[in-house]
This record gives sequence, structure tokens and C-alpha cells, in this order.
Amino acid sequence: MARDRHTLILMLIIPAFLLIMYGYALNFDVKHISLAVYDEDRSSTSRDFVGNFYRTEYFDLKLYLGSISEIDDLMDRGEVKAALVIPKGFSENLKAGKKASIQVLLDGSNSSSAHTAAGYVSAVVQNYSAKILTKTLMKRGLAPLQLPVDYRPRIWYNPELRSAKFLIPGLIAFILMVILVVSTAFAIVRERERGTMEQILVSPLKPFELVAGKTIPYIFISLISAHLVLLVGQLLFGVSIKGSYPWLLVVMFLFLTGGLGLGLLISTFARTQQVAFMMAIITTLLPTFILSGFIFPIRNMPVIIQVITYFFPAKYFLVALRNIILKGGGLSSFWDQILFLIGFGVLSISLATLRMKKIKEQGIQ
Amino acid sequence: MDSIEVKNLTKKFGKFTAVDNVNFQVKEGEIFGFLGANGAGKSTTIRMLCALLTPSSGTALVGGYDIRIQPEEVKKHIGYMSQKFSLYEDLTVEENITFFGGVYGLTRTAIKKRMPWVLEMANLRGREQSLARELAAGWKQRLALGCAILHEPKIIFLDEPTGGVDPVSRRNFWELINYLSEKGVTVFVTTHYLDEAEYCNNIRLIHAGRLVGEGTPQELKKKYITNPILEVECEKVVEALEILQKERWVLETSIFGTRLHASVEDEENGRVQIKKVLSERNISVKRIERIVPSLEDVFIHQIEKQPEESARQ
Repeated sequence: MARDRHTLILMLIIPAFLLIMYGYALNFDVKHISLAVYDEDRSSTSRDFVGNFYRTEYFDLKLYLGSISEIDDLMDRGEVKAALVIPKGFSENLKAGKKASIQVLLDGSNSSSAHTAAGYVSAVVQNYSAKILTKTLMKRGLAPLQLPVDYRPRIWYNPELRSAKFLIPGLIAFILMVILVVSTAFAIVRERERGTMEQILVSPLKPFELVAGKTIPYIFISLISAHLVLLVGQLLFGVSIKGSYPWLLVVMFLFLTGGLGLGLLISTFARTQQVAFMMAIITTLLPTFILSGFIFPIRNMPVIIQVITYFFPAKYFLVALRNIILKGGGLSSFWDQILFLIGFGVLSISLATLRMKKIKEQGIQ
Repeated sequence: MDSIEVKNLTKKFGKFTAVDNVNFQVKEGEIFGFLGANGAGKSTTIRMLCALLTPSSGTALVGGYDIRIQPEEVKKHIGYMSQKFSLYEDLTVEENITFFGGVYGLTRTAIKKRMPWVLEMANLRGREQSLARELAAGWKQRLALGCAILHEPKIIFLDEPTGGVDPVSRRNFWELINYLSEKGVTVFVTTHYLDEAEYCNNIRLIHAGRLVGEGTPQELKKKYITNPILEVECEKVVEALEILQKERWVLETSIFGTRLHASVEDEENGRVQIKKVLSERNISVKRIERIVPSLEDVFIHQIEKQPEESARQ
């Protein structure tokens, strides 16, 4: 097997490599939003206000504008994603205790990041307002005001809301599924193309022994690959396993077995390596990407699609994986996923074995 | 007891009949040739006899075991070599032998004992560490044969074993087959090289799924060809062929390289007529000679007697 370098590289190194690439590239965090400011007021107050924005890592002050018309052009070209307009009279109004209004313009072409950006803006503004209110009241001699409801959100499992943590388990599932099914289908169809499959079928070897002989090395290699991916996740993205490692192994093993069954099943249908590759990609790539909960939450999907997601093992694997890695949950939180994974594994391998029996009837080729 | 007994063996793929009610027997130690064109049903037949494919109807006894009822027993007692010389290209000669030995259930010691014999027979001594893909076709072929007989089966099935191999290697390979036959091994060979068929003890001709000829090479030539065959050496062979085909007194014609074979009713008359007809069309004839029919002549003769190919569907 050491001589089949292509497959070995494919299975061991590429998954970890993909994680590195996508882990860094896929990022839902909205930071360093380029901000343009048109400050008509030009007071120390307005400058202080603007400072609240760019002193955080969420906004980057790109430039102070000379006129309001420049905003259109800059937004169109994508040079700024947000623009802040402070009208004349801002500081005057504040000092007089009146309402001061400002305008914020956001580039909505990426709706999700615009949404997040709007959230940041709200937060900054509210914060600023509260500070002013407190200062004013204190000046008038009232006791330091406490906000009646103290709201402190604590985000469990991912306190910094770093999207990497959300993505990585999904990425692991995604990569393993695709690479695994493709490699397995490929390898077996190659045997058929070469004719060695036929040679083995003539021998006293039972079909089950053949299946086992083909799947066990690939399971082994996939497990090593999965560990490499976890290692990369830990070293580069700080994602460490909170829960029980033995259960992680069990879940991975079940997932891999199901994937292998699928690869085998595909290999019984495909006659050339190209067809095997295509069938493997079609059944794993898009479904896992879109329907497993990897990026898009399943709960938001139409009911029919939600039903369809039950057919793809990556979904169960992902729930269990996120549970174990991020939440550190015990068996009770994912035992049902395990049942599904077992079901899928049994189903795919049985189907594959049945197909092999049928091949005996009809012959290969 | 016959080594192989085939009874009404039939295989249909949907509406297409690949093998149509075939019957024959093979004696122990015989070199049995199964001859036919591509698509005639040779590979399908051999696959059924190796229990690789289930027949639609009929059955066969291979080594005394029924291919339908006891396929696993059949497999244990036969050796099989496919057209593709199924070897693992990225394993060495030695590794291939070890692997297939293991697949056949040989213990490590047994494989060790067998290995020198196989290497010797395949003329691969000194090349044990070569990767299978580095071997030329002739060596691959011998290695594939070696791997097929590691478990010393009494019956071996060779499906077009000499495809793509040079003539010298082919000759050597047949010497090998003879050697095995002398040791009592039954060799069942399929081929479309009719010249090789001369090496067989017993032959069956198959065309469109049916047997169209049987006997030893000598018997075949005597039995089926009653009319004399004249070999004509002339120029513009294709044109000459077309001309002769139109004549009533020419029964069959075929091209053999740069020469024509024409089957005629009467030898003398035939000679005269051919010369006349061809020279009328300005084709000069260099030589006309009566020849002993080759198996190819027999085969073509038999095929042309058959109803159209469409009768198979």
C-alpha cells in the first residue's frame, strides 16, 4: 500500500490540508469593517463619538470624507462597507440634553455581514448613549444610575463566538465523508478495471472476506486522517476535545464504516474510475455541504428538505461531533445519533453485499 | 470420469442469448480448445464453468462438482487465468505470488515451497523483486499462470492466455501447457488464434453461442471440408475475391493475407476456371495450389453455414 502513493497522500494529507485552508478562509466573523465618516459637526464630542467605533476591532476607520456625495461612489466600489454621517449640531444637541441623531449607511449586498455590522453599530451607539446619560445624571447630583436590567450574555461553548469553532467539526465531517467515499469507490473500481477483482472472485475467498479485506485498511487510514485533522484543529484553531475521547472514536468509527459501505456500494455500480468518482462526489459533496447542518442550520429549511437530511449520515455525525468536541456532552446527549449512524452503516454495507451477490449472477463487466 | 461435463448450458442476458444449449465433455489431462470469434460466447462459458457466473439453465460438473450447487467447491479445485493477466501492478513478482497463495489458503510454508517452482516455470528467477508492471507481456502471462496454479489444481481454465504476446513467447507458453497436460492437469483454453488450436487435443468451435464444430484438429479438417480448397496467389487480391465470389462454381472464398482461398467443386476445373476468369479482368495469377485446409478454413466454412446472427435475439 505504501506504493500506492497517490491514494495514500489523498487520504492522509489532503484532509488536514483542506482544514487548514478552509479553517482560515471560512470565517463568519465580521471584523475590520471599513468605515468612512462624514463629520459635519467637527466638534470634540463628535470626534469622541467616532472614536468609539474605530477603537474596537470591529471597525477600521478608512477615511474622513469631505462631502456626503463621496459615499455613493465609495460604497459602489466596495471601498467602504459602512459610512457614518454626523450632522451639524450633534454636540450642541447633546449638551442641551436634546436628542442627537446620526446616520449610518451599510453595504447590504452581503446581508448576513450587514446584519452583524448593524448589530455592532447598535451596540456602540447604545453604549455611548448610556454613558452620556449616566454622566448627565451624575452632574445633576443624582446617584450613579444603574441600568434596571443588567444584561450580560454568556455564550457557552464558544465564548468569543468564533466561527472557526463552529465550522471545524463540520469541516471534519465534510472532509472525511468526501475523501473516504471517493477513495474507497475509486480503489475498488480500479481493481475491477485491472481484472484482479475477477481473479480473487475465482478463489475460495468468500464475498464477505473480500469486503472486509478491502474496507479494514481504509478504515484504519481514515482514522489516522481524522486524527490529523483534529490535531490541526487543536494546534491552529484552538479546538480541543471537551468530551470523552473514547466516545469520539466510537462515533468516528461508525461514521467511517457507513461511508465505506457507501463507497463499496458505488463501486458495484460504477464500471470505470471516472464514473466512480462522479457518483461518489454527487452523493457526498453537495449533500454534506448543504444538508448536514455544516453551514446552514437544518431547522431553517423547509420541512421536506429536513426529512431528506435524515438520509445523510453526516448530519448525525455532526451533531454527535459538536456535542463531544464543543459541549463535552455525555452519551445521553447523542445516543440517538449513534443509533442512526449504526443504522446507516448496517444499511450501506448490506446493500453493498447484496449488490456483490447480484454481480455474481450477472457477471462483472 | 470426465474432468468436465457440460449439460445444456445456457446463459441469457435479457433477450440476448450468449450461450445457447451447449454440451460437451472434457477428459482428464486433455488440452481442450474452445475456439471462436470475439463475442461468440467463449468467455461467458468459461466464467460459468469457473462458477463466476450463474447459468440461466443447464449445468456443468467440473471436477465432479456441480457449478450451480457447489460453486465454492468448484473454485477450490480449479485454476483460472483471465484475459487481462490479473496481477497487482504495484506489487513485485514475489509479492504477487505470496498474495495469491494466501488467497488460495496456502500456508506460508507451502507458499515458500511452491515459489521456486513457479519462478522457474515462469522463467522469472532473478526477477523476484521486479514490480509486475515492469514485466513485458510474455512474462506477465507466465506469472499470471503461475499464480493461477499455486494450489496445484487438477483443472485449469485459461481465457485467451496469449493475447498481445509475441509469437516466441506464445510458443513457449504452449510448451508449458503441454508440460502441465502431461502431468495430468486438464487444460481448458479459449482462444481466437486458430493456429494455436492445432496444439489442442480436442476442439470445439463456437459461434453466436452455439457449438458449430467438434473433434480433434485432424478430424475437424476431414469432417467438414469435403471440397478441395485452392490457394490462389495473385495481384489485386480484393478485386479477385469479389470476382470469384460471383461465380457459381466457387463455393466459398476468403482472403488469407495476400492470398485467396477458394473452395471449389472440382479441383482441375477449378484451376482452369479461376485462371480464365481472373485473366479476363486483367489480373495475373502467379500460382494456384491445392492446400490442406487449415483450422481457419474449417472455422470459416462452419460459420458461413450458420443462420444469421440475428437469430440469437
